[in-house]
Amino acid sequence: MVAHTPAVPDTPIHLTDPHVVAEHIKTQYPDAVEAVSAQSIVLKKEHLLDVARYLHDTLAFDYLNNVTSVDWLDHFEVVYHLSSMERGGAPLTLKVNTPRDNPSVPSLVPVYRGADFQEREVYDMMGIRFEGHPYLRRILMWEGFEGYPLRKDYKEPYYEEEKKPFGSRWDQGYHILAEDRNPWHDNVQYPANFDALAYKPPRDTVPVVEATRAALTRLRTDKIVLNFGPQHPSTHGVLRLKVTLDGETVYAVEPVLGYLHRNHEKIGERNTYLGNMPFTDRLDYFNAMANNLAYAITVEKMLGIKPPERAEYIRVIMSELSRWQNHASALGFIYNELGAFYTPFMYAFEERELILDLFEAVAGSRMMCNYMRFGGVARDVTDDFMDKCKYLVNERLPRRTDELETYMAKNELFLSRAKNIGILPRDLAINYSTAGPVLRASGVKYDIRRAEPYSIYDRFEFDIPTGTVGDLYDRFMVRFAEMRQSIKILKQALEQIPPGEIMTGKKNYQVRVPKGDAYGRAENPKGELGFYIVSDGSPNPYRYHVRAPSFINLTALNQMCVGHKVADMIVILGSIDIVMGEVDR
Amino acid sequence: MALGLLNGLRYTASRLVKTYLSDLKHLGRRYDDALLKERQSVRGSGIFTVQYPEERLPAPENFRFIPFLVYEPALDENGQPKIDPTTGKPVIGKQRCTACGICAKVCPPQCIWIVRATTPEGKPKPQPAEFYIDIDVCMNCGLCAEFCPFDSIKMDHVYELAGYERQSHIFDIHTLSKPASYHAQIHPTDWAREEVQRKAKAKK
Amino acid sequence: MLQEQRPIPTQGILSEEEWLAEQAQRSVWTGPLNKFIDLLDLIYNWGRRNSIWPMGFGLACCAIEMMCTSATRFDIARFGMELFRATPRQADLMIVAGTLTKKMAPAVVRLYNQMAEPKYVVAMGACASGGGPFKEGYNVVSGVDKLIPVDVYVPGCPPTPQALLYGLMQLQKKIDRQSIREVPWYRKGISEGVPEPILGPDLIDARRLEEITAFTADPEKLAARALQLHTPTKGEKKE
Repeated sequence: MVAHTPAVPDTPIHLTDPHVVAEHIKTQYPDAVEAVSAQSIVLKKEHLLDVARYLHDTLAFDYLNNVTSVDWLDHFEVVYHLSSMERGGAPLTLKVNTPRDNPSVPSLVPVYRGADFQEREVYDMMGIRFEGHPYLRRILMWEGFEGYPLRKDYKEPYYEEEKKPFGSRWDQGYHILAEDRNPWHDNVQYPANFDALAYKPPRDTVPVVEATRAALTRLRTDKIVLNFGPQHPSTHGVLRLKVTLDGETVYAVEPVLGYLHRNHEKIGERNTYLGNMPFTDRLDYFNAMANNLAYAITVEKMLGIKPPERAEYIRVIMSELSRWQNHASALGFIYNELGAFYTPFMYAFEERELILDLFEAVAGSRMMCNYMRFGGVARDVTDDFMDKCKYLVNERLPRRTDELETYMAKNELFLSRAKNIGILPRDLAINYSTAGPVLRASGVKYDIRRAEPYSIYDRFEFDIPTGTVGDLYDRFMVRFAEMRQSIKILKQALEQIPPGEIMTGKKNYQVRVPKGDAYGRAENPKGELGFYIVSDGSPNPYRYHVRAPSFINLTALNQMCVGHKVADMIVILGSIDIVMGEVDR
Repeated sequence: MALGLLNGLRYTASRLVKTYLSDLKHLGRRYDDALLKERQSVRGSGIFTVQYPEERLPAPENFRFIPFLVYEPALDENGQPKIDPTTGKPVIGKQRCTACGICAKVCPPQCIWIVRATTPEGKPKPQPAEFYIDIDVCMNCGLCAEFCPFDSIKMDHVYELAGYERQSHIFDIHTLSKPASYHAQIHPTDWAREEVQRKAKAKK
Repeated sequence: MLQEQRPIPTQGILSEEEWLAEQAQRSVWTGPLNKFIDLLDLIYNWGRRNSIWPMGFGLACCAIEMMCTSATRFDIARFGMELFRATPRQADLMIVAGTLTKKMAPAVVRLYNQMAEPKYVVAMGACASGGGPFKEGYNVVSGVDKLIPVDVYVPGCPPTPQALLYGLMQLQKKIDRQSIREVPWYRKGISEGVPEPILGPDLIDARRLEEITAFTADPEKLAARALQLHTPTKGEKKE
């Protein structure tokens, strides 16, 4: 499978309009399109693979943003979002319907490799089979788990009511522990006539892989499978890697996820729209502010409201401060994995603590900020905050960035360990749907703040740093450059911030979103954080899906690690900069 | 040459030396709140450590941990709050909470349980008979305090709650109630703003 | 010889004065062997409480606050706990920081079993204490004490580093109160450890296998165990 970036001479910009794209598709496949609307194209599932190939090769839709599914009670719907790196703009939405019993859809992995993990997740959560997927099995839950959790008829063991707020809390809300309501006094449920004494769990297996470029040895050695267990000092949380090794050379890496699967999407369907905001804090727990922003802009897109000027500036300031501290921590973590036993990490964390102090002063909590609201922000910033922030941005952060660069980026040991390690070529980076610094380090000049500007990012001057080779060193230096660009944006925002209101409309906890669906995305420090929300007019979302950048960036891990040593694999994992709260949701 | 390495070592060595220099500058002043504030501000330098428990970082006003209910204390003849001799806390005069239930409805993990009080005839009374918060479920988001229309539930600053057993993690109304003077002490600007609104409303 | 059973207070948290009074009472020379063992206890516990080595077991967001506690600002090295061992064999303390999911449960129990006595567990955060905001999820174990015994619970979401340090100080006080007369690792009989849960159609606790088989075969028995709750509608009274 060789992915190629097709030559696109002069593609018109209006190819983001579904009607126009549908016309192009009809010229090739006349009966593939079932319906077209202003938001999306509905395709017949037999033609899905052909249409996808056509879109990828001819119309240069080379990037698959998101694959998700919705349970419409009588049928399932699989939703795809495609976009083009060259053209930018809002993604194109494709939908495919499949009946409820024996649901199956052709897999898009032959065209877009980034669909791999996402289709496995749809299979795990909804039970839809993907024909043509290389190895379809559960990803977030374990093999042997009973039930498909995101279906509407699946009731979890602590199920109380369909939607929040629950009636049992007021006005006769005597406290009852959830354990007491469940017959097992625990968060479990078993099928009828289940023989626990005779049950044997399925064996843990590793798929047989042929490495694409394995180092051939003269000695006929055997391969071993090493388990980097969920508890490991350098796997950024609970990530498990099954590594097939030939001596010390990595032959294949298979990540096993789901050890922190906290059912964010199922809980999100039961919550109200406002109630989901503190839960988005806990997705990528390093950048709570940025997660809040992405969710807020998605719901504001559906509501059709815009925040006032001051609130927009405050949002950008918080977002960029969050980006600086995330990149500083990521660089510290990369050095941890190289073996520098915590010293650079401590230096990076000092400034991070000062930024978290600012967050605490304005939002109330160091990390779980819960600060953005639909139509603005929760609280205004004080003059004291502005003074501290200006001092930080003008004096301390640039000084610290320069110091860290002198200290870390020119170290000879680091250079010998980072140059030409973990190369991800440009076309593969796009095909694997990577996003954020990983994508930009491979030479793709794509940033959502420029491609589909949200908030007020079109008013600021900043560059998009890219790498050339796509190796570890490039991913490291791209983060330094982005830290500098963040400081540049912060300086402009702090100068231009006007006085005024911080919220459009009155403070309201009952948000009613009109019927429809929307995909909103923001440039998080780790990549493209997208929210796909389907609303049916009620105060709770009908379907709530999070497009997590770390989850999809992990698809490229195998490609980057093959042929390197085990020690390099750890650093490559660190350079992708994942957070398990986002990977597993 | 190993210039990059040496540069890095020089940086680390300079940081080490600076900590001793700053120590000399503040010789003899240990566990000093004013010095802590200076060291921990954005303009600070030197040793960045907070020596807990002798030094505690003061919580900013907006800091949120577990909620608490605000009550107006009962006043004696001189207008001073009456103190309960057994607990040392002011006697509860009137709970501000009217058991409207908005906090229970807006709480994202649904960790608030409210039982509305009834008059002896059986009619509902705007007072909570029972009020439970399960702090093992509470996510410290502050939405309850943000949307309470009667300023009766606010976010506390106490974070030293560690214990040996879990049964004490369900806070009932007695544990949750704190006097309005405590609220004024930990949230001065919010208190001032609310008093202005309260007085304006009382005039009408 | 050592029949005198001094009641060790285990209810709640002692205030500073009570704890100091207890310490003073233990170290006063008023008798023969008992007082010698009290002195031994003092030294033994002093060594143990000032060099607890945690095992880095950060699962979720609380792990970041744990890392901040070990960073320069809230230096955990002042308490002797800066050495986060990666392997459970060398660790004394398992700080369960974050949500425990069912998929992770066998690994947690296995790690707990591999830790050598004396071992302690601190449940950090609301999720580890009792499920947290994700308690209603289908993949979440509502509290780590469903599987392993917990010594200190630190509530908060996430608990600030100062709250975690307070919790660790409570653990130190608990260690101070232990006496070598009563500690389990000097008793006869090797502790079996906690049996590992099995990942089946749902998480299966290995201590309840017969119960599960019996009750799933008879759904009436199962229904009888559930607390029959009727969700009250607005205005309805609960008797």
